[in-house]
Amino acid sequence: MTLQTEPFVLNMGPFHPSTHGVFRMKVTLDGEVITDLEPVFGYLHRGIEKLCEERTYLGIIPLTDRLDYLASMINNQAYVMGIEKLAGIKVPERAEYIRVIMSELQRIASHLIAVGTFLNDCGAFMTPVVYMIREREKILDLFDMVCGQRLTYNYLRPGGVSMDLPDEFLPALKTFVGQMSVYIDEYDRLLKENEILLARTRGVGILTKDMAVNSSASGPVLRGSGVKWDIRKADAYSIYDRFDFDIPTGENGDCYDRYRVRMEEMRQSVRIIKQAAEKIPAGPVMANQIPRLIRPPAGETYSHVEAPKGELGFYLVSDGSIAPYRCRIRGPSLINLTALREMSIGWKVADLMVIFGSIDICLAEVDR
Amino acid sequence: MTTAFSTKEITAKIDKKLAGSITSLDVNILLVEKDSLVELLAYLKNTPGLDFDYLVDITAIDYWDYFEVVYQLVSLKNNHKVYIKTRLTGRENLSLTSIVSLYKGADYQEREICDLMGIKFEGHPNLKPLLLWEGFKGYPLRKDYLE
Amino acid sequence: MEINSFDNIETCSVSANDTDRIEGEVIEELKARSQQPIPDPVQWMQEQGKGGLFLTKLDDILSWARKSSMWPGVCFTACCAFEFITAEASRFDMSRFGMEIVRASPRQADLMITAGTLTWKTAPKIKRIYDQMAEPKWVIAMGTCAISGGIFASSYNVVPGYNRIIPVDVYIPGCPPRPEALIRGIQMLHEKVAKGTLNKG
Repeated sequence: MTLQTEPFVLNMGPFHPSTHGVFRMKVTLDGEVITDLEPVFGYLHRGIEKLCEERTYLGIIPLTDRLDYLASMINNQAYVMGIEKLAGIKVPERAEYIRVIMSELQRIASHLIAVGTFLNDCGAFMTPVVYMIREREKILDLFDMVCGQRLTYNYLRPGGVSMDLPDEFLPALKTFVGQMSVYIDEYDRLLKENEILLARTRGVGILTKDMAVNSSASGPVLRGSGVKWDIRKADAYSIYDRFDFDIPTGENGDCYDRYRVRMEEMRQSVRIIKQAAEKIPAGPVMANQIPRLIRPPAGETYSHVEAPKGELGFYLVSDGSIAPYRCRIRGPSLINLTALREMSIGWKVADLMVIFGSIDICLAEVDR
Repeated sequence: MTTAFSTKEITAKIDKKLAGSITSLDVNILLVEKDSLVELLAYLKNTPGLDFDYLVDITAIDYWDYFEVVYQLVSLKNNHKVYIKTRLTGRENLSLTSIVSLYKGADYQEREICDLMGIKFEGHPNLKPLLLWEGFKGYPLRKDYLE
Repeated sequence: MEINSFDNIETCSVSANDTDRIEGEVIEELKARSQQPIPDPVQWMQEQGKGGLFLTKLDDILSWARKSSMWPGVCFTACCAFEFITAEASRFDMSRFGMEIVRASPRQADLMITAGTLTWKTAPKIKRIYDQMAEPKWVIAMGTCAISGGIFASSYNVVPGYNRIIPVDVYIPGCPPRPEALIRGIQMLHEKVAKGTLNKG
């Protein structure tokens, strides 16, 4: 006697404790096995691209902070590089070093939250998050020292940075960098060979190399599948070509590989910060004679950076006036989600949250 | 460094039937008629030596007389990049052919352009609104959208 | 407490394709009837010290119990959510106020800390969650996006403040407010609850 079953559509609604924000999925289930998945976006669509057309170039920098709010310095850098390309502005040396230090500190802070919430989804209820927030607080104290804000900084400007570093910043940075490697070793000791983590993430949600490239994935999602593509090496911007660092890649493209890639990237960021803190020169932090109402000459340009979540790009079209004609934001989180359906078909509902957590999205960047 | 792939090489190698609909705007920017778009992109993806296998971004811009859609393609193996542009005149009943069969990464980007700019993509498997809801009047990113 | 017009039995048996169309209609209808802000609940300021001795003592005990163990519900939309999570973590410990447990289900929560921007697409869902919470319940609007729409106020999809949809008790400005500011706002709410009476209900 066979049991008669029929498919069941489950709505994992916008307010769910495991989704990283307001994200909704319509999941078709056969028993507990997923047969189809349809994500629904738009619950945080604030119309940033339309707002950019009504503001001056400098007035858009606070809006870019709120795109991926866990990586504000890097968002600022991507946008400001676009204006500098259009207007032909050269950034002084000290400002470039400061930008690199801030970006790499920001990358560590973002990966700490990414790994912490991923482990939260795997079942380690609050312990890893609380440990990682302890480290993140030290980074946020450094940012507070420089620009007075903890989450949305509005620090970079076209032509440099808005304020110079205070005297106590570099000694505090050296202390932090010395401690951070010890902390990453501590996390590895607790998590790398952990039986439950391996059972829940090894072999789960595999994204093959061809699928990753065809779905335009970027960042740790692409590198976890074995493709060695990092914008800091492939299309080096700012002064990244002067530093010595590796690009970690995974082998199988499962959730465990993506988690290992993020942990190794934190170590490489610590390496870059050590090199930058030794070589930072004295000098001005802002290029000369940049007007407040900047009017870049007419033209269009695309500027991209390696954000913690992937490739963040700004396509700026200027018509010579004080506001951009079109500012298109290529957010990595939306495009990384293209492969979610393929990665989760055949797995169970509990695995779905692990797969989703390993892609590491930020809803404000998906919906803009 | 990602090099700008020179479009002279593409126009030199391409088949005769496409040659009438392609113009070169800059070193690595090609303007193509909308009917030859899919053929050109398939050619760029499948030809060895060109190998443009990674679609970075699709952007749509509203210049009052026409709409311009920009595709950015990168080759991961050879590390070079090219921009393909196509123009649509008029403001009603705009449509292009979808490239989801070539690049799966175009899925959500085409839905977003349809939702916010009003350009339809024929052949797309699921052209529902991505960011706004069904029944929303108007296309917000157009220059003549008034609340 | 009104019953939402879309909580009909008929909507339970629609096909998956119709749900998108119905969602669109619900959003347009809510947008049309939320053009004025809901007035803030300030009656508690006039009702102190009423009632006899026994009721006042009972009021004190109940208010102490309510304010010492308020459980927040999940309402994390945008950036302010991360300052809330940091306030829950070990540095700005909120469990010393009895608020360590963040309940996922609104039926078990007393307090809704609205952390983030509200869009018209999310508004019916927020209203539904607020209606599912049991009395007594309170709402804190955290951040400028929750007070007035903030930096996004002129956008086509942003609601200018949560008080268009639900009544708000305490407003905390900041973009995002520091965890210390959030804790001060929660203490202000505790003062309000301490002055509440059984008459309010």
